[in-house]
Amino acid sequence: MTLHEGAATGRRLDRVLSINGWFIFAFLYLPILVVIVFSFSGAQNVGIWGGFSLRWYERMFGNGPLLHSLQNTLWIALFSTIISTVLGTAAALALDRYRRWVGKGAFDAILYMPVIIPDVTMAVMLLLWFTQIGLPLGRGSILLAHIAFNISFVAIVVRARLANMDPAVEEAASDLYATRWQTFRRVTLPLIMPGVLGGALLALTLSLDDVVITSFVQGPGATTLPVHVFGLIRRSVTPEINAVSTLMVTASMVLVFASLAIQRRE
Amino acid sequence: MTMIDERPDELPETANPELERRAERRESWRGFLHAVPAYVYLIFFFVLPLGIVFVFSFASRGRTGRPNLEGWNVDGWTRLTDPLVSTIVGRSLFVAVVNTALCLIIGYAFAYWIATRPKQSTRTLLLILVLIPFWSNFLVRTYAWRMLLDSDGYITQLGELTGLWGRTLFTLPAVFLGLLYGYLPFMVLPLYAAIERIDWSLVEAGRDLYASGTRAFLKITLPLSRPGIIAGSILVFIPSLGAYVTPDILGGAKTTLLGNFIVTQFGAARNWPFGSALSGAILIVMLLATILYFRSGARTV
Repeated sequence: MTLHEGAATGRRLDRVLSINGWFIFAFLYLPILVVIVFSFSGAQNVGIWGGFSLRWYERMFGNGPLLHSLQNTLWIALFSTIISTVLGTAAALALDRYRRWVGKGAFDAILYMPVIIPDVTMAVMLLLWFTQIGLPLGRGSILLAHIAFNISFVAIVVRARLANMDPAVEEAASDLYATRWQTFRRVTLPLIMPGVLGGALLALTLSLDDVVITSFVQGPGATTLPVHVFGLIRRSVTPEINAVSTLMVTASMVLVFASLAIQRRE
Repeated sequence: MTMIDERPDELPETANPELERRAERRESWRGFLHAVPAYVYLIFFFVLPLGIVFVFSFASRGRTGRPNLEGWNVDGWTRLTDPLVSTIVGRSLFVAVVNTALCLIIGYAFAYWIATRPKQSTRTLLLILVLIPFWSNFLVRTYAWRMLLDSDGYITQLGELTGLWGRTLFTLPAVFLGLLYGYLPFMVLPLYAAIERIDWSLVEAGRDLYASGTRAFLKITLPLSRPGIIAGSILVFIPSLGAYVTPDILGGAKTTLLGNFIVTQFGAARNWPFGSALSGAILIVMLLATILYFRSGARTV
């Protein structure tokens, strides 16, 4: 094959890949867009445009059980994020900054499992465990479950940040007689902050979105918004679900942008 | 990292092997202390629950379906070979394998395209565009397809207009579509990370030595993106194997997957020990995948 021919096939391949790429972006975005657009439709039937209307949003904000579940969701997401961020960051420091300690290898392996485990399996595990130890199911059990899966995500994000950080900076601080706490507070923490906040936002998103695990470990009167909506979707498709969905998607998008903005502030 | 104590006047003495050993011990103790809160938490709310699944899979079924540890037996596990159950297990494996393959093929072309954009800013922007759906609510993304695939949905209307397909909701193709849609970003992100790191001068060197484009791809690019392929495949395969929300919303009675079947055991069927055995089977697959992941050195994050 001559060089000229090679370049031509390369260009053709590139064009094919580009078309494929934009097609996939359409595949990823159009369905979400349809949901958002129809949340503003006045028609009773989903999929038929009935003129611009905010009636489904009005109805959503007048829906007592839905608002109550939203309140639960926010409470659980806030506390699970705070606790898992502290625990996950400490775990990441232990794994990245300390060469050897008792049980490090096992901990490393355990930490990755909650990330790949299917939701259903984790849900079954926690339900069996909570029933066995006699823990009443409710807001508290949902919180405990969310922390269990969030720690890993925070630790992985923070660890990636630590791995890219030059340990010489910390050594320099120690050489200048900074105590361990001062070194952490003034040098390490500011440098890993984008990772810590990125991990926290990921934890927040995961907690706000979880359906399966929450539906297993929830108790009477303590459901979350996604579980409530899941129940509604299983019954029927209504325009009000589009309004709630739009609210949830918007929340996650705001969180991604916040996370990206923080991560880019090197 | 070098050990530096708060009392710098002791520093010159670290040449003493006894002191050095003591310093190292203190250092490892500090590392352990940092991990302890998360370690204890995960043992209590992950490792022990994982163990109890296996214990309860041998329990007998109590009056309300809850496990009764007294009459222990292997019924839960032998039921896995029951024709009805093995059909569901087989179907789940088939769906997980096919979905992983689809995500890999489509995701590879996609990730390759993003990673080979010449400008860094273009790559970042395209990656952000992948991240947004990845972070968006999974339930909402699945719900969107229910709208599109229902009798009056746009995809159904398009199919009827062209005469190519009818209503696909509650069928296996709908489940595949939902899973592909849901898990594609999980494949694209690790693949992108691996492909972007490739040293393209190696590919150029191969081309200079008269390797064809296909050959250079198969012998150089593909092996170099192996960590991403392994990580992405595990991240898609395991959740697909236990998928519940997607088949529940988009599938029907004939597309019951392992995830739905497990949930049924804890709901209507009231058979917790059997549900535990089914979950245990998925856990074994997951543990094997984790070992494979660590052995292959594919850890990218």
